[in-house]
Amino acid sequence: MISYRSVTKRFADGTVAVRDFSLEVPRGSLTVLAGSSGCGKTTLMRMVNRMVDPTSGQVLVDGEDVAGRNPVALRRRIGYVMQNSGLLPHRTVAQNIATVPRLNGMDRRAARRRTGEMMDLVGLDAQLADRYPAQLSGGQQQRVGVARGLAADPDILLMDEPFGAVDPLVRSELQRQLRQLHGQIGTTILFVTHDMDEALALGDQIVLLRTGAQVDQQGTPRQFVAEPANDFVRTFLGLDRGQRTLHRERAADGSVVVVDAHGRPAGVLAEPGDQPEDQPDAGPHPGATAEAGPRPGSQDAPTA
Amino acid sequence: MNWVLDNLPLIADRTWAHLATSLPAILAALLVSVPLGWLAHRYRALNGPVLTGAGLMYAIPSLPLFIVLPVLIGTGVRDAVNVMVALTLYGVALLVRSVADGLDGVPPEARSAAVALGYPPLRRFLTVDLPLAGPVILSGLRVVAVSTVSLCTVGAVLGIPSLGLLFTDGFQRGIMAEILTGILLTAVLALVLDRLLVALGRLAMPWTRKAAGVDA
Repeated sequence: MISYRSVTKRFADGTVAVRDFSLEVPRGSLTVLAGSSGCGKTTLMRMVNRMVDPTSGQVLVDGEDVAGRNPVALRRRIGYVMQNSGLLPHRTVAQNIATVPRLNGMDRRAARRRTGEMMDLVGLDAQLADRYPAQLSGGQQQRVGVARGLAADPDILLMDEPFGAVDPLVRSELQRQLRQLHGQIGTTILFVTHDMDEALALGDQIVLLRTGAQVDQQGTPRQFVAEPANDFVRTFLGLDRGQRTLHRERAADGSVVVVDAHGRPAGVLAEPGDQPEDQPDAGPHPGATAEAGPRPGSQDAPTA
Repeated sequence: MNWVLDNLPLIADRTWAHLATSLPAILAALLVSVPLGWLAHRYRALNGPVLTGAGLMYAIPSLPLFIVLPVLIGTGVRDAVNVMVALTLYGVALLVRSVADGLDGVPPEARSAAVALGYPPLRRFLTVDLPLAGPVILSGLRVVAVSTVSLCTVGAVLGIPSLGLLFTDGFQRGIMAEILTGILLTAVLALVLDRLLVALGRLAMPWTRKAAGVDA
């Protein structure tokens, strides 16, 4: 569990990135810190593994103030996945994934075995083990990043806009797998994003931040869509542009199409018991049915 | 040609002396440049002084340096150590900038990833920063290797053994074959060393070649 207790961060140049921020991140949850760039979300996340130390206030991990922990030892207990994968370009996929186990003194053979397990877990072909990051696609790099973050079996995984640089199709697949993975391993995940669709698709709990890490709203995805706290939240969600206000329309062939306020199709309405056709192995996941409605790429759709 | 065949042992001796003077100088230049280059990279205030100082060092003419050094470091004028020290200084002058540039060019996301993963500072420098700066440092080292092999011949003026002695001796005695042998072997030595460094670089930095060669 992670607790922020009235945390403030003032940088040397005088900017206050975080002002008096408090939050409980429950053990085993997937908590999303969402907000525009410059709202302090990455700063908040980096306080957990002491890449940033707060000017005042405390960050507790499992009830213990991280300020008293050795940063290097602390970081090896906390997984970290970065934007643009942050893979070490001079090390192979297997070496990247094995980084933290090896730093912790695991022998080569055990680390190799662990690497194989992790690649399997995140759906990476074992043949990629000896490739270098530059030889992988963006989606594969992010999977390696996730595998590396989880390799030392951390209690906490920090994810800093990890899917920001991959194309929408790959991104939604990675999001679906992350949900699935989170259900499987139960690691506490703190996830930073500026993409509200992503926050709605992933979060158990979403914290929407404004400049200075001021909390606009905190709650479940359902609460965000059903009861937006104020106009900023409505704008950030796209509620004011009618993107999430959906209506039923009967098409010429009799099928029911769901459209947004501009009449742009958002999906089809499934009857209870219908199975999505192209999801052979996937369990249910938020964001895939017309009920919640966010569609990949809907942010790019031209608005009238 | 007859001169060469008659003097093979002498040529071998001179080549060996040449290598024994220039190789330690190249290695020492690398070892000194890494911490200096790191200082210039790490502390902005030191960047100007270190790099300008290094650049000025290269402007010192070599012959006077060979003569002044023994006074400064207390060696004999004809001691090969003088030449080694002088060549090291010239090597450092060229290489410090490469090391600083190489470290400046390490992708910031790789560096912060290493921090986030829990690398202790020294280990991070040795196993992340330095290898990633490797290609730039290597290109500097290749220039240093070639220039050191060539500069090493100047010691011949003071009678310090190297391939340079073949041209001074050949010039004094009017043996064209000896002069040509000295020039040719110096060039060959520089070329061989350069190729060797490229090969070593490929072995030590396999990612530079794979990333370019194989389609993802």
